Amino acid sequence: MSADALVSQLKQGLDAPICLTWEITYACNLQCVHCLSSSGVRDPRELSTAQAKAVLDELRDLQVFYINIGGGEPMIRKDFFEILEHAEHNNIGVKFSTNGTYIDAENAKRLAEMNYLDVQISIDGTDAATNDAVRGAGSFAVALRAMNHLRDANFGPFKISVVVTRHNVDQLDQFKALADSYGAQLRITRLRPSGRGVDSWNELHPTQAQQRQIYNWLLAHGDNVLTGDSFFHLNALGESLPGLNMCGAGRVVCLIDPIGDVYACPFVIHDQFKAGSIFDEGGFTSVWRDSKLFLSLREPESAGACTSCGNYDSCQGGCMAAKFFTGLPLDGPDPECVLGHGEALLQSTRISLIPKPAMDHSRSVRLNAPTSVSVR
Amino acid sequence: MPVTLDSACELHPQVALRPEPFGALAYHYGNRKLIFLKHPDVVAVVRDLAQHATLADALIASGVHQDRWPSFVTAISALQSSEVVRVR
Amino acid sequence: MEPVETAPANQKFAAVAETEATPTRTNAPIVIEELLIEEISIDGMCGVY
Repeated sequence: MSADALVSQLKQGLDAPICLTWEITYACNLQCVHCLSSSGVRDPRELSTAQAKAVLDELRDLQVFYINIGGGEPMIRKDFFEILEHAEHNNIGVKFSTNGTYIDAENAKRLAEMNYLDVQISIDGTDAATNDAVRGAGSFAVALRAMNHLRDANFGPFKISVVVTRHNVDQLDQFKALADSYGAQLRITRLRPSGRGVDSWNELHPTQAQQRQIYNWLLAHGDNVLTGDSFFHLNALGESLPGLNMCGAGRVVCLIDPIGDVYACPFVIHDQFKAGSIFDEGGFTSVWRDSKLFLSLREPESAGACTSCGNYDSCQGGCMAAKFFTGLPLDGPDPECVLGHGEALLQSTRISLIPKPAMDHSRSVRLNAPTSVSVR
Repeated sequence: MPVTLDSACELHPQVALRPEPFGALAYHYGNRKLIFLKHPDVVAVVRDLAQHATLADALIASGVHQDRWPSFVTAISALQSSEVVRVR
Repeated sequence: MEPVETAPANQKFAAVAETEATPTRTNAPIVIEELLIEEISIDGMCGVY
């Protein structure tokens, strides 16, 4: 089987996810401007500890080897370590994403003693000014403190994860240097207009020129840099970036949200991309294997409006979430299409038609909300 | 020590194999490597490596034709460099 | 020479130079080149945190 044949196989879906994202709470002590899950306030329907452990048991039975735990801020849950330990005991590797608030010396030591555990600290700037404009006052210092605690506890290599925006794209070298200074691995990912991101998208998403900058940087320096395969929409600029270069949603990955709903991926928390619930008969397994949504995502895709463009094989028409939450049709160009086809289409898209996220757990006071909303 | 047909090999104990329609998914819990075994024959060979004195014996036992052996040695060598397989 | 076992359609075949210079041979010996494994990154799938 050639490399292309593997991707074709994976697009048809597997009997179990390769890995998945599990948001364990909508509670968060921060209010990042672009939060993909619109987190802030805990949802009263949040899974109990017993329910959370049952999810892990089912994933173990499915032989899901590795999961990404997030939220909200996952460490806010009082049973956070209990959940981690249950995963460890069931041979499920965990990476969890955190803003670092709850990684003090004691917790860092506790994390360092665990097996099969990766920690990912989120920052969006290499200085407080850039970072805090998106993530809130003091958040940069908090993240750095967490990194120091992990280092002091000999945790080993952790990950630093960055969402690339218009305002931090010039800091890519510095992000790499920061990661290197901790012996950590840098991860840069694409901003999607998801959750609260839908409001800040126009201000924050990289310009066309900056897209090219990101692409060139990844080609030149991206050897040890992770991307979550989130930049395949840039492949039309030249040689393909490393990775599967395909949308994994509903095919090899998915999201389980804090109340047990199953979505195609964390960037499409909306009814249109909801496959079911872990409480459906047959549980998560039946949702993964038999839900209408996932089966349709595993059908062969057509280029649609992109048929006449020669680049569809490279860019795959971009990201579902990016199209959906900017009001663009799914069978057409990505809003950030490197050839500008998305931009053109956006001009004629009515703002009133942009879908709203499924839920909004934001706290009533939004910190650092954009001072102006660009109107197309 | 590079893998040859005379090597005694085994699947690394930290590796789990998950069957897939086209072969299997191998995951190494230690180094996080994720490798697709893209043919049922390579899955069968890898799974049974420890039970045979040499790689050649494992290939014979799984009914792999000699014309295919170079590809299998290449594959097992690649698995060795990912620590999924080791020489015992 | 034993017949080559039928390989699945998705394998690549690489022709090997024949040792016998008999132009009329119809069953050329071939070495099958298969890509039997492929590594992907655990972070290499889009749609994950």
